Amino acid sequence: MNESRRGFAGKLFGGVAAVGGLASLVAMKKTWDPLPSVKAAGFTSVDITVCAENELVVEKWRGKPIFILKKTADMVAEQNEAETARDIIIDGSHYLVAIGLCTHLGCIPAYRNAKKDFKCACHGGEFDSSGINTLAPPPSPLVIPPFKVDGTTLVLGEEGPEYLKMKEAGVLA
Amino acid sequence: MAHFEKANSIEEWLDQRLAIRTVKRVMSAEYWIPKDINFLWAMGMVLAITFGLLLVSGIFLLMYYQPNVDLAFDSVNYTIMQEVDYGWLWRHVHAVAASVVFLIIYIHMFTGIYYGSYKKGREMIWISGMLLFVAFSAEAFSGYMLPWGQMSYWAGMVITNLFSLGSLEMNGIVEWIRGDYVPAQAFLDRFFMLHVLLIPLAILGLIGLHFGALRIPHVNNQEGEEFDFAVEAEKYKSGDKIGAKVIAFGNDFMAKDMFVVAIYLVFFFYLVFWNYGFAMDPVNFDPADGLKTPAHIYPEWYFLWSYEILRPFSKDIGLIAFAFAQVIFMMLPFLDRSPNVAPANRRGIFAIWFWVMIVDLIVLTAMGKLPPAGIYSDIGFYAAVTFIILFIALPFITKLEKKL
Repeated sequence: MNESRRGFAGKLFGGVAAVGGLASLVAMKKTWDPLPSVKAAGFTSVDITVCAENELVVEKWRGKPIFILKKTADMVAEQNEAETARDIIIDGSHYLVAIGLCTHLGCIPAYRNAKKDFKCACHGGEFDSSGINTLAPPPSPLVIPPFKVDGTTLVLGEEGPEYLKMKEAGVLA
Repeated sequence: MAHFEKANSIEEWLDQRLAIRTVKRVMSAEYWIPKDINFLWAMGMVLAITFGLLLVSGIFLLMYYQPNVDLAFDSVNYTIMQEVDYGWLWRHVHAVAASVVFLIIYIHMFTGIYYGSYKKGREMIWISGMLLFVAFSAEAFSGYMLPWGQMSYWAGMVITNLFSLGSLEMNGIVEWIRGDYVPAQAFLDRFFMLHVLLIPLAILGLIGLHFGALRIPHVNNQEGEEFDFAVEAEKYKSGDKIGAKVIAFGNDFMAKDMFVVAIYLVFFFYLVFWNYGFAMDPVNFDPADGLKTPAHIYPEWYFLWSYEILRPFSKDIGLIAFAFAQVIFMMLPFLDRSPNVAPANRRGIFAIWFWVMIVDLIVLTAMGKLPPAGIYSDIGFYAAVTFIILFIALPFITKLEKKL
């Protein structure tokens, strides 16, 4: 009789402890999530009309540099298909939008207006004006961040239809 | 209510209430250490003392350090280093001890491997020791974040990125660990908490487990000789101190232990006062900048060997090799299939295995520091492959070993 009472008390405690333990794990996990203010700051709106042709604009999004390059008509005309597939077209103008970190080890490449390409100072990697790697060591093109076109505003961090189309085509990186 | 007699001394008064005489007997006066050992057996005490130095210097640093992305760098490099009287002392003691503690850990570990002190009842000593190594590694990494310099930031970026598990692209986990898309305020705050509270608590608990694990199998000796500690202890207690194979921990063994500690401390404070530079990376004297990557990102010397196992491979294979390197030492008692507890030089092919492993780790360490290009990249690749092959071969080599 006594044993079964103790057994019951033990099981009761086990049940209460399991529920409480799991609930506290949920709280602990959630406490470590990025804060709402951090998440809200994860979206950056850029007014695309300020961009001048062949002039690199660098914006900051989620702590990373974002390259925005408005291409000249000549540049667009010379491009091949793979390069054009990575362009964002707003009001008939072609733009490169990419995370400005070399895909080798994360350095920030510089834009060379005259040569119309990117050069990474760290290990000598090069990318063309569509962010496609043309000289090793970088293993892949500059990454296109999630974006949404809203009139002449570019919203970084949101996945718009143009972004999803690129994702489908596999040209994001 | 239990019955108490009037005490005749403070010691007796405390003994009645806390059994301090029993504690002293069990922990020290009748805790037995083999006689056939050498100075390498003092490394445990050296580690305990170094941990004490880290704790004390850390307490003083904690009084001025600011875990805030805008203030952290100056609170270390200006407030502690220039304003606080003797602030430089605590910082240099902390930095040098954090580096030297790994040197001693490695000596302690390889002593254990050389003499076979991880098997036949000593498995839990080894496993708790390896858990301590993991905890110390986490403590070193989290502490490295705190000055919030360029190396802090980029090491934080690179190491947390590993948790995306390569091609699995689990960026949600990385953002969860950081509390942000990049290392920022939430990241610094939580690594501060880990560094000053949670990991030190775990270390203290593990030290208790490590000491407790020694109790039943006892400390190994130079020849791996098996003997009855109770019989030898009786010999010692009955006055045959020369014939007994053991001595008491306190104060007999302690006297020698602390002699080694004294020599170590002279070396340690020589480093603190005259050669602390090796423990302070120059790149970390630039404040963290998320828009500027340092040309080369490399860890502190004690992580170089495992970093070099990650680096020469493609992303996913590198991660698997890295994970292998992190856990494989823990498995040592089960990979060694030989029943022999003896120094490596008496174990035939295992002696070659041991020294090849040591040389391989040194090569990996050297290559990890050099830029990953040309011949260094090739040497690093072959050294990493050698490391993996060594541990895969270990069960077969030891299975073939003759019983001594």
